[in-house]
Amino acid sequence: MTLKKALVATAILAVGGLVGQVAAADEDPIRIGVLVTQEGTFANAGSDGLRGFELALREAGMEAGGRSIEWVLGPTNGTPDSALRAARQLVDSDDVDLIIGPLSGSEGIAMRDYAHTVPEITIINGVSSAMETTFVDPAENFFRFNIQGAQAGYGLGSYVVNERGWTRVATVAADYSFGYTNFLGFAADFCAAGGEIVERFWVPLGSSDFGAVIAALPYDVDAIYLGIGGTDAINFLNQYEQAGAETNLIGSSIIADQSVLTARGTARDALIGTPAAGWQAADSDLPEWQAFVAAYQAGWPEDERFPSPSLYATLYYNATVAALTALDEVGGDLSDGHTEFRAALSALEMDSPIGHISLDENRQAVGSVFISEVVENADGTGLTTQLVSRTDGVNATFGLPTDQFMSMVGLPSRDTPDCDALRDAAN
Amino acid sequence: MREFARQHPVWSGIAIVVALFVIWAIFAPWPEGFEAIFGRKRVFLNAVFSGITLGALYFLVASGFTLIFGLMHNVNLAHGSLYLLGGYLGYEFAEWTGYWLLSFVLVFVVVGCVGMAMQVLVFRRLEGQELRQTLVTIGISVVAADLMLWAWGGSSYQVMSPDWLRGPMELPLIAGYGRDGELVYLRYPKVRIAILFAAIVIGIGIWMALNRTRIGMIIRAGVDDRDILGAMGIPISRVFLGVFAFGAGLAGIAGVVGGTFQSIAPGEDTRFLMASLVVVIVGGMGSLQGAAIGAVLIGLAEQLGSVYMPTYAVVLTFLIMAAVLAFRPQGLMGRRG
Repeated sequence: MTLKKALVATAILAVGGLVGQVAAADEDPIRIGVLVTQEGTFANAGSDGLRGFELALREAGMEAGGRSIEWVLGPTNGTPDSALRAARQLVDSDDVDLIIGPLSGSEGIAMRDYAHTVPEITIINGVSSAMETTFVDPAENFFRFNIQGAQAGYGLGSYVVNERGWTRVATVAADYSFGYTNFLGFAADFCAAGGEIVERFWVPLGSSDFGAVIAALPYDVDAIYLGIGGTDAINFLNQYEQAGAETNLIGSSIIADQSVLTARGTARDALIGTPAAGWQAADSDLPEWQAFVAAYQAGWPEDERFPSPSLYATLYYNATVAALTALDEVGGDLSDGHTEFRAALSALEMDSPIGHISLDENRQAVGSVFISEVVENADGTGLTTQLVSRTDGVNATFGLPTDQFMSMVGLPSRDTPDCDALRDAAN
Repeated sequence: MREFARQHPVWSGIAIVVALFVIWAIFAPWPEGFEAIFGRKRVFLNAVFSGITLGALYFLVASGFTLIFGLMHNVNLAHGSLYLLGGYLGYEFAEWTGYWLLSFVLVFVVVGCVGMAMQVLVFRRLEGQELRQTLVTIGISVVAADLMLWAWGGSSYQVMSPDWLRGPMELPLIAGYGRDGELVYLRYPKVRIAILFAAIVIGIGIWMALNRTRIGMIIRAGVDDRDILGAMGIPISRVFLGVFAFGAGLAGIAGVVGGTFQSIAPGEDTRFLMASLVVVIVGGMGSLQGAAIGAVLIGLAEQLGSVYMPTYAVVLTFLIMAAVLAFRPQGLMGRRG
């Protein structure tokens, strides 16, 4: 008797639960997982990325397409396996609908591969900017609303050759996918403009002792290209100062950023006058940028943020805004394997704080590149950047057809591009 | 030494030739053909110096580890946490007081006290149960790493060196010829020279204390046979406590040093625990001279490796360890036992 009762009760409960679920399907909150670095080289950077993400959510009132939003943090340490672990956790146990992130280059490649295995989830890239993520074997459900490293470095090479007259450089860059990609953007342009790369040094991500590399830098060069970021850059610059910094520097896209410029100590002295190309410029006159900076500064007390948003905050903000805008367009409809949502994302064009952004057929952003120079700020207490020029509509292959890009430049690696060949081809 | 030369005349001859060659390579300007094969001399000299400085840092961490092991047979796997704690505290003290040198004293005292607490609360309770001690210290290191992550966050800190240690200094070592054929001398960061110098002073100080004082005699006797030492009325537990505090304090100081010329961040604890394990395995468990030799060897291998064979630099360290374990399992200066 009791058993029967229990069975009936269970059945009623189960049916009730099921009906309840169906009825509430549209009212269920949308769950977003945010993958962001909280440890290692990009720990501070990741925290600012999270601020950008939160800012976008706050501006949207924690809802999109009529559904409220819940979010879960997926902390990583910058390595692909940590990103994979965090993403699996988000999908398998936190039950998220979409993921925003990751931050670091090789994490992005791992997430592209992971995206192939979870077709029911949509991943919108945070900051990670390795070229292969969207260029080789792109995933249908992986979207990147930021230009990748090669795009972000483009234009700097011809600038230093033509405006600064620096034609012989040595390079020190991070030995992983983003380091290669960002270097490629600089070098392809630099070599085509007639520059010569004397020596390339590759340092592992997360290096703390650069003594031997600094010593090995050649004397007879016009400048040193520095393709590292986060705390690696701070360590390098400190040690470079200690060793008696003498040569001009050329900055990668992640060095002339608030996350490095605000570091304490002597590191920054070496940076004044350094040109760099990247996603944003602190003194950009775009009205969307001005509004974004004001919102960022109003959003957190002064000691809990950077003076001005770092690129990590901006790019996470953009990714989140893109997701929320597309959700608004489809009325929060994530049914049928996100079909409508993804179509909306693919067609999305946004006038973001860092210029107009649209996606190409690989779901990779086409957008603006800013060239800036590092200067002391107005009251002499720190460093900031001064805009030199902005180029709009830069795509993943610098405007070349894909096969020509592959034959002339090639995929990012330690040895690409072939500088001599590019220089000879241009002459 | 003399006995070794008599027993192995060929090996001794080779060793002397190698030593002479290294001395020549360090002091004489390199001929052109030589630079074509080995790269610029400046690079070689810098790698050698960086290797020795890094070795000095490893020695500071490993000497405490090896002293504690040698005397008490405690394998303290939380030694790396003491290093990291020292680094964070050094950063805080240097920020707070503004005196870099003072932070060393404060860190030595505070981390030394933490070491004493560990000795009293953990090791004394588990006297003689080596496996349990090892497991408990692994647990402590995990908890400590999380607590420090909670307190200081995941970002990296750098301890600022004072102004008088900023910038490079010129050493009386020829680095090569300049553009006009004049001799160029090696320029090397002052702060690293200071660290190297301090490590040598500390190393000699410990050696003197161990070999020339009564306390040192007690400690050495304790390494050989602590039961007899206790039976002779020496307050052995107090000696244990002192050595443990000293070793912990040294790890703390090493943290400040590491934070000054590298940086302090989560994960450095395991990195330095690994480094000191490798150093004492190569040098010989419990031997101070072994720790010094092992530290310099590993430091040199890392730095020379990162210049001349960057891809395999990491492997080199472990190759040395494997070679030592294969041919001299007790370590270079260790005793069979």
